[in-house]
Amino acid sequence: MDNIKDTLRNYIVSEYLPGELPANLRDDMPLRTSGILDSMATLSLVNFVERTFQITIDAHETGIEDFDRIEDIARLVARKQGSAV
Amino acid sequence: MSDTNLCDYLDASSRAFGDRIAVVDPSGGRLTYRELDEQSSRIAGFLSSVGVEPGDRVGVIAPKSAAVVATLFGVMKAGAAYVPADYTAPVSRNRTILTDCSVKAVLLDPACAEIVREWPLPIRPSVAWLPSGQPLDPEMEGTPWAQVVAHVPAGGSQRAREDGLAYILYTSGSTGVPKGVTLTHRNATSFVDWCTSVFTPTEEDRFGSHAPFHFDLSILDLYLSLKHGATLYLVSEQVGKNPQELAAFISQNRLTVWYSTPSILSLLAQFGNLDRHDCRSLRLALFAGEVFPVKHLREIVDLWPHAVFYNLYGPTETNVCTFARIPDRIPPDRAEPYPIGHLCSHCEGLVLDAQGGTEVSSGEEGLLHISGPAVFIGYWNRPDAGLFVERNGRRWYNTGDVVHETPDDGYVYRGRRDRMVKRKGYRIELGEIERALYENERVRETAVVAVSDSSTGVRILAYIAPESGVRPSIIELKVFCGRALPAYMNPDAFIVVDALPRTSTNKVDYQSLMQMHEDAKQRA
Repeated sequence: MDNIKDTLRNYIVSEYLPGELPANLRDDMPLRTSGILDSMATLSLVNFVERTFQITIDAHETGIEDFDRIEDIARLVARKQGSAV
Repeated sequence: MSDTNLCDYLDASSRAFGDRIAVVDPSGGRLTYRELDEQSSRIAGFLSSVGVEPGDRVGVIAPKSAAVVATLFGVMKAGAAYVPADYTAPVSRNRTILTDCSVKAVLLDPACAEIVREWPLPIRPSVAWLPSGQPLDPEMEGTPWAQVVAHVPAGGSQRAREDGLAYILYTSGSTGVPKGVTLTHRNATSFVDWCTSVFTPTEEDRFGSHAPFHFDLSILDLYLSLKHGATLYLVSEQVGKNPQELAAFISQNRLTVWYSTPSILSLLAQFGNLDRHDCRSLRLALFAGEVFPVKHLREIVDLWPHAVFYNLYGPTETNVCTFARIPDRIPPDRAEPYPIGHLCSHCEGLVLDAQGGTEVSSGEEGLLHISGPAVFIGYWNRPDAGLFVERNGRRWYNTGDVVHETPDDGYVYRGRRDRMVKRKGYRIELGEIERALYENERVRETAVVAVSDSSTGVRILAYIAPESGVRPSIIELKVFCGRALPAYMNPDAFIVVDALPRTSTNKVDYQSLMQMHEDAKQRA
């Protein structure tokens, strides 16, 4: 789970917060409601998650309630990977 | 010629196509032409009853719905101009807009109630609530929707003449304050009538309405569709941003006409799974608002071979003034964007070497100036000085866009000489971002620049020289801008520097900041 979180964190920081220290982006930081990710960035993140973790995410799983924080996204990934095996 | 008014389109369609569906909601709600006509007349009756008079302004802040479309017509039937604000934008920005044009009334979605809690006195407008799934806060004053539409329909006597205002669209202003582009009925109808001649819609057409109503692309969707008795399918904010849902929306509703920014068409091509959605109903795909990178244009043209593509060009001040048909096949080796094309028949163009300067020789670069019935009358509440140029007995508007003319392809867009950029179809004055950043207590100085980017078109970089003491974190700056600015204005990167570079006259040296970016890119 921590690996997933760090992968997400490093990607978000390098793409959307260049110059920031990854450690400063906390697991519970809202990403979309705070303005860090706009709609285009969110789509790219979904795409990155699908490619990196070899899972498929449905449109209804990317709502702002379930897809706004690193901890939520990591949980979604872990659940998907668990159900895939 | 008789006076023309946007409401004439609805009058005629209501008579000819009364039982046909005019508008379909994102939630599935629909209004026939007769219902839309009746409901908008009742809204006009309500507005008159709260003191809205011809020439007044009425604000509308809500997600798109059939009730909002009826409201826009209701405002115009009351002789007033509608002022649509972005319901996703910060409340402070919308308050600035509605205060600037001193709206007499405002129709709000209950979710947008915050704006009236602290309205700057003493010009508090009448408030009415649009229908919504959310319950109304009983503490809030204002007229519920059921009462609005229970009013006696207004007659047609108070409608504006053709030189009267129909709507005001606010765009980013270079001083940091949004400016209101005021457009008359004649401005809008001259454009819509031109669209009729080129795109020949019929009552069988099904138009998508992707652009929000505060964005000028919505003028074509709304009025061209309703003029011809076609059906308008409103796209919700959520579906509008999700390419897979959007592709399904186009397919399920068998849309025939699509109009959006290149950004949205690029997303559809890249992430829409268009091979799985049958969009063969589309006969027209129109785009405007920014340069379309050819790589992505080629993808969508190949995916939608049944549609004819047009590039439409024009600032909000003129709406579309030039257009170009895109070839059915784009050569694989073409990299340069397509021209903005030839003048629309209701517009005239002139290329001058500077604002009010001399006409350039054929094929030379210069500033595109536009004249004709579609050209706006000025910004709300701002002096006209320097806005228009008198030439050959006509009034010309300087678009600020640098073009050169070619014999076969018409005008080719070359860029701009000022600090305005286009991103996701929105016009952004970099100065407005700087002004917002100066509100942050840790920012001593800031300079915002735009650099080109091969995949997204443009990247916005904010250079920050902090106050002494704690340096602001990038996250902090990003979140700060997220609260202070619309999402499309939030910079892509923040670069904290000790001091901003200066020219010999002690101005911020923007050229050297762009060079710093180029150097950093080379090193990376």
